[in-house]
Amino acid sequence: MEFAYYPGCSLEGMNKAYDQSARLVSKSLGIDLKELNDWNCCGASAYMSIRELRAHLLSARNLAMAEREKKDLAVVCPACYTNLTKTNHYMGEDARLRRTVESALKAANLQYMGTVKVRHLLDVIVSEIGESEVRAKVTKPLSGLKIAPYYGCQFTRPLGDYDDKEFPTMLDTLLKWLGAEPVYFPLKAKCCGGILMTTNESVALPLVRSLLDSATQNGGECIATICPLCHMTLEAYQGDVNKAFSTGFKVPMFYFTQLMGLAFGFNKKELGINQELISSKALLEKHLEVAR
Amino acid sequence: MAEKIGVYVCHCGSNIAQMVDCKNVVDYAATLPNVTVAREYQYMCSDPGQELIKKDIKELGLTRVVVASCSPLMHELTFRRAVEEGGLNQFLFQMANIREQCSWISEKKEMATERAKAIVGAAVKRVAFQEPLEVKKVPVNPNVLIVGGGITGIEAALQIADSGKKVYLVEREPTIGGYMTRFDKTFPTLDCAACILTPKMVNVAQHPNIELLSYSDVTGFSGYVGNFTARIRRRPRYVEEEKCNGCGLCTEKCPISVPSEFDCGLGKRKAIYRPFPQAVPNIPVIDREHCLFFTKGICKVCVKFCPRGAINFDQKEEFLDLEVGAAILATGFDLFDASKVKQYGYGRLPNVITSLEFERFSHASGPTGGKILLKNGQTPASIAILHCIGSRDTNFNEYCSRVCCMYSMKMAHLAHEKTEGKVYEFYIDIRAFGKGYEEFYKRLLSEETVFIRGKAAEVTDVAQTPAEKGRLIVVAEDTLLGIVRRTPVDMVVLSVGLEPRKDAADLARIFSISRSQDGFFLERHPKLAPVSTASDGIFIAGSCQGPKDIPDSVAQGAAAAANVLSLIDRKEVTLEPTVAVIDEESCSGCKICLGLCPYNAITFDETKKVSKVNDALCKGCGVCVAGCPSGAIEQRNFTDAQLLAEVESVCASGK
Repeated sequence: MEFAYYPGCSLEGMNKAYDQSARLVSKSLGIDLKELNDWNCCGASAYMSIRELRAHLLSARNLAMAEREKKDLAVVCPACYTNLTKTNHYMGEDARLRRTVESALKAANLQYMGTVKVRHLLDVIVSEIGESEVRAKVTKPLSGLKIAPYYGCQFTRPLGDYDDKEFPTMLDTLLKWLGAEPVYFPLKAKCCGGILMTTNESVALPLVRSLLDSATQNGGECIATICPLCHMTLEAYQGDVNKAFSTGFKVPMFYFTQLMGLAFGFNKKELGINQELISSKALLEKHLEVAR
Repeated sequence: MAEKIGVYVCHCGSNIAQMVDCKNVVDYAATLPNVTVAREYQYMCSDPGQELIKKDIKELGLTRVVVASCSPLMHELTFRRAVEEGGLNQFLFQMANIREQCSWISEKKEMATERAKAIVGAAVKRVAFQEPLEVKKVPVNPNVLIVGGGITGIEAALQIADSGKKVYLVEREPTIGGYMTRFDKTFPTLDCAACILTPKMVNVAQHPNIELLSYSDVTGFSGYVGNFTARIRRRPRYVEEEKCNGCGLCTEKCPISVPSEFDCGLGKRKAIYRPFPQAVPNIPVIDREHCLFFTKGICKVCVKFCPRGAINFDQKEEFLDLEVGAAILATGFDLFDASKVKQYGYGRLPNVITSLEFERFSHASGPTGGKILLKNGQTPASIAILHCIGSRDTNFNEYCSRVCCMYSMKMAHLAHEKTEGKVYEFYIDIRAFGKGYEEFYKRLLSEETVFIRGKAAEVTDVAQTPAEKGRLIVVAEDTLLGIVRRTPVDMVVLSVGLEPRKDAADLARIFSISRSQDGFFLERHPKLAPVSTASDGIFIAGSCQGPKDIPDSVAQGAAAAANVLSLIDRKEVTLEPTVAVIDEESCSGCKICLGLCPYNAITFDETKKVSKVNDALCKGCGVCVAGCPSGAIEQRNFTDAQLLAEVESVCASGK
């Protein structure tokens, strides 16, 4: 199974571990991720609401290049997913937009016929690879590890139709295949605060707090994420939350691909489990290291 | 011999005359070949207007008539009759639509007049090619099939049976009564649903003219108006209806208890059961899935105790063919599945229930004896009722389900009366449209119900304050205050909307009727023929046509009955002769038309290797005519010569 892989900007920097682990587990499942040559910014997060047309042009360029390679796009960041999908969707719906975008692409000797499908890697793994092949790769099941599955706001909203928009379950399913125990997490698709953290901390901090509260109160020992921004927000601001609310959170965070990698038997370093801000060492020792 | 054509241009008051220069059109028509007379008149459809036509036919010896007025849907039959009374065959008439297709859609008088002339000219050209056709009459079988034994079907059955006609009432469930049997009270009068319904159910059971076929469904329906054959599948009850006296001993002694569908799984029933005590017919059924005899080959307690030897494990599915002249579909609705809207937590959060579950709680003979109870057995101190679940929602059903506002307010009243707790209604708009409904809303406002204008965004169990701990929190934007409210309650009731039956598409296919975009059965005209369908002799009533409350359903049941009675009391019906005819010489026997015909009116003659149209079944839609690769099919009154004359004339007049 071959895809043009669109890592997005954050996976080159702050969320490098996501990129590393995504490539690793994809390869072991036979998903061939060929990084899209010369890809550009997707326009996240505010560009679309400020310069809509230009934001569409950014995405259209990426789509056109994937089309030229005759491949669908695999994406790991939900913000990238949302922007690329929006452009794909609105170019199909709005003839005027399509004409404008097409003429702009022409200036760069590109064209886009609308044939590319944008897929989130989690959707590819769960819907295309499937249970038996994932389970077959599990050599070190994450038995007993209680994980709060966190989807964030953009996994299925507004345009993802592969899972329930308000209460998705795909990540829960995947974690079960890995032998882990996804805990009840009613806030799994709620906002993490995201960009608000930089502009209005008083709104964003309580959001992070309520997520951490809900995850731990339901027995979660760590949180699995699929979004680089959620991951960063929940991890980097735990200290600030503790300060502001006199709490004592130290909840380790994992990208879902890191958890897959652990279950598939890769070593921690390969998966970037040494780059985190909140150490997962004690937790992994408790559950997994003994057997290793 | 040259035809003598009369042309009549109608002013339709000012509807046509103010945009079309009728005098000009008449003058133009008079110059056309074969036109003997051209006149204008204020209202051609009036008696004096029709008289003009009759008089001219007699005095001037007209052989063809053209009326330029409104749409044929409006008055084609009127003028055909006038032509016939004047002494001509009614099909030697053509209508030119210069109202809907000309004056109403034009902005300039000059253009409109030119357009009217083109339309009239085409009709004059066409009418010369029209042929006299004979109308066929067929007798009507007076027996009637009614599908669905809810309140709509019951009303229709009683009306028809009371007039002395035979009714076959087919009901899929073990009992008739439909949803209404499960309701506690009815809005806005708060009279008990069972008290007004069960007497009617008993009347059905005892009526000499009603043959009740419960636990049965329709698997086939063929024929044409007045002469249908319905195939009925009778599912085995494993209890012989003729022998059982409904004593209920079998149910009492049966050792197996399973969740009751009738009680939405809130109560239990036995493996041999009646859905509820007043079931009609008062005969139990055995549920094969759970009966010990069918699952393990043991038990037979019911056989032992039955004083009449009515239990029969060997009963098989049976098929019945019924001859009927007309059918009424009153198959009702399904409730929206609340678990589809994940954010309300139905199925995930305890004490989030549907409105039908609330009805069962509230019902005196329901699983809790009429008490509203939480999962832990306590009485809720506060209840939130959430409107528009699955309705007015582009993610699910776009339409308004019509009944939910009113039944929600009824539930609010009952909830408050029974629990003395606080009751909240979260609504988008209150739609209290019926007689006494707005007054009921006013009454609720003066009672202690709190109305919050805002569709609930979610129901969550994640507390933000100590007061919210352990409760269900309804999150909604109060659109009157412009704030987000979090309202902690003990119980949430989801007012689910009404949907077409899951198998509505199958039934529509069986009966060759259409469905509207929302999936409900399509009426012939939304205002003027609300219970008729495009198929003559097949009527629809109640919520299978769209969400309806009890008064409207009953009204439609009676309306459909009146339509049926008017049909069968005519004793014979005329069939439109504008059907397709296959020229055997040109037919290549390719059978393409067989697959195209939506009415199964075409059969294949294996000996002659040609297709044949059954005139009685053909509705004259013309699909086969267009589809025939050999051009072997022609539709009467829409022949190539007629259509080409019309088209040529229009093209020639084009400017």
